[in-house]
Amino acid sequence: MSTQAIPRARPEPAAGAPSPPVPAQLRRNAALVPTDTAAGRSLAAVIAILTFLAGLCAGAAEMVAANAAQWQGDVAQEVTIQIRPSPGRDVDADLARAAGIAKAEPGIAETRVFSKAEAERLLEPWLGSGLDLSDLPVPRLIALKLDRGRGSDLKRLRARLLEALPGVASLDDHALWLQRLSTAAGAFVGIGIGLVILVLVATGLAVTFATRGAMASNREVVEVLHFVGADDDYIAKAFQRRFFGLGLRGGAIGAGCAILAFVILGLLARAARSGPAGQEVEALFGAFQIGLRGYASVVLIGVIASLVTGVVSRITVRRFLA
Amino acid sequence: MRSLLPGAERPVVQFENVGMRYGLGPEVLSDVSFRIAPRSFQFLTGPSGAGKTTLLRLILLSARPTRGLVSIFGEEVSGISAKALTGLRRRMGVVFQDFRLLDHLTTYENVALPLRVQGRTEASYRAEVVELLRWVGLGERMHALPPLLSGGEKQRAAIARALIARPDLLLADEPTGNVDPGLGRRLLRLFLELNKLGTSVVIATHDFGIMDAVDARRMVLGEGRLRIEE
Repeated sequence: MSTQAIPRARPEPAAGAPSPPVPAQLRRNAALVPTDTAAGRSLAAVIAILTFLAGLCAGAAEMVAANAAQWQGDVAQEVTIQIRPSPGRDVDADLARAAGIAKAEPGIAETRVFSKAEAERLLEPWLGSGLDLSDLPVPRLIALKLDRGRGSDLKRLRARLLEALPGVASLDDHALWLQRLSTAAGAFVGIGIGLVILVLVATGLAVTFATRGAMASNREVVEVLHFVGADDDYIAKAFQRRFFGLGLRGGAIGAGCAILAFVILGLLARAARSGPAGQEVEALFGAFQIGLRGYASVVLIGVIASLVTGVVSRITVRRFLA
Repeated sequence: MRSLLPGAERPVVQFENVGMRYGLGPEVLSDVSFRIAPRSFQFLTGPSGAGKTTLLRLILLSARPTRGLVSIFGEEVSGISAKALTGLRRRMGVVFQDFRLLDHLTTYENVALPLRVQGRTEASYRAEVVELLRWVGLGERMHALPPLLSGGEKQRAAIARALIARPDLLLADEPTGNVDPGLGRRLLRLFLELNKLGTSVVIATHDFGIMDAVDARRMVLGEGRLRIEE
């Protein structure tokens, strides 16, 4: 064996020596940290489950928020004028006068005066049917539909009603009720966001433990990488890449399952509401669909779960190496 | 590059009164002083448990001395930064007694590792790695994972990994321990050729057959003390 036989570390291109043919299908750049291990698969499964749960929470919160907003929009489009009957006054005349004032107001699209029979029918659920209510001072209602396009000045309407029919007419814009609905919906959404954050924190902790375990079981790999001249940053990146991959896989599976669950539940709900009872349920609780924003937030949670996995594993590895 | 005054050259490794103990145990090494000159070739020998591996670990900077001074490539290593440490390690090649090949990487990937961790692209070193693998007789085994290699093949893969980055200092711990005498002599020739090209070589062994084949300096460890036989 001559010294010439020792390969040059960096063959000079000028020499023109044909480089030895490299076998095809040579595996060249396998991950430095073993990837397909039992621990890795378990971690991906944990991340998938957590992402799935977080996705369900986010979707449910989004659904409540969307339905509440729609409901509020519908309710806020309607205001009611209440005319209280009082002795010595002609209720029908008061009613007509109030309706006239409302009609004259800009921004009111429609006025509908509830007849006496209609007003009495509204009390039926509470008082039962077949009662003679003529002796009771049943308040009469005028429902006003607001014009969505044009702003309406409810304050001025209220002032004018008070001026024309003091102590008789009052305007109810459902503000108190709307506020309660909005508080309830807000609380629900807040709980949903809180659960999502908790689940992401749990993901981070699970990844911390898994990274520590992986570092311990890959101590040999880390040591060899150090000896062949890898710096901590390089090693941390190798681990981060591996865990980001696992996180991405877990996140994708979890988010995919959550989206699938919403699609299937949506289809089931659509099938169930074909009857009149179903329609009533929908009128009350809104449609079972999470919309584009809901799906986007589920996907976003999957992405965030993978990012959390990558970042947390990197920090853990850096701490471990230091 | 050869200096006219070899004695004035900066030693590759310099130990001054180095003592080393693990925890509160007895000193494994005491008052060890020596230098390894550039382009030198030496054996490190002594009975098992005499501290050969500890000495190699001190040179590799995977252990720190309890007392005394260790300089590697002219740099005193106490309080060295992580970045400088990586820089020094990249100038060393090491063959471990138990090879320490990564079992999930192919022979090719294992040998390419020192170049890969320097951030070089695979295309830039492919030819080099394949050439070296063929040269150590592993051309047909580059796809194989280490668990499928024989002892001798693992040894050659480990040596190829130590050589691939053309280190200034090569440390080999019992590199001929697992191979038949014929292959042992071939590997020794390989180290000698590498030495002729300018690498300082330290071979830890207690194989007298190998040591008698080469007229080289012997660093003999016994009971924690070092004796040098020129």
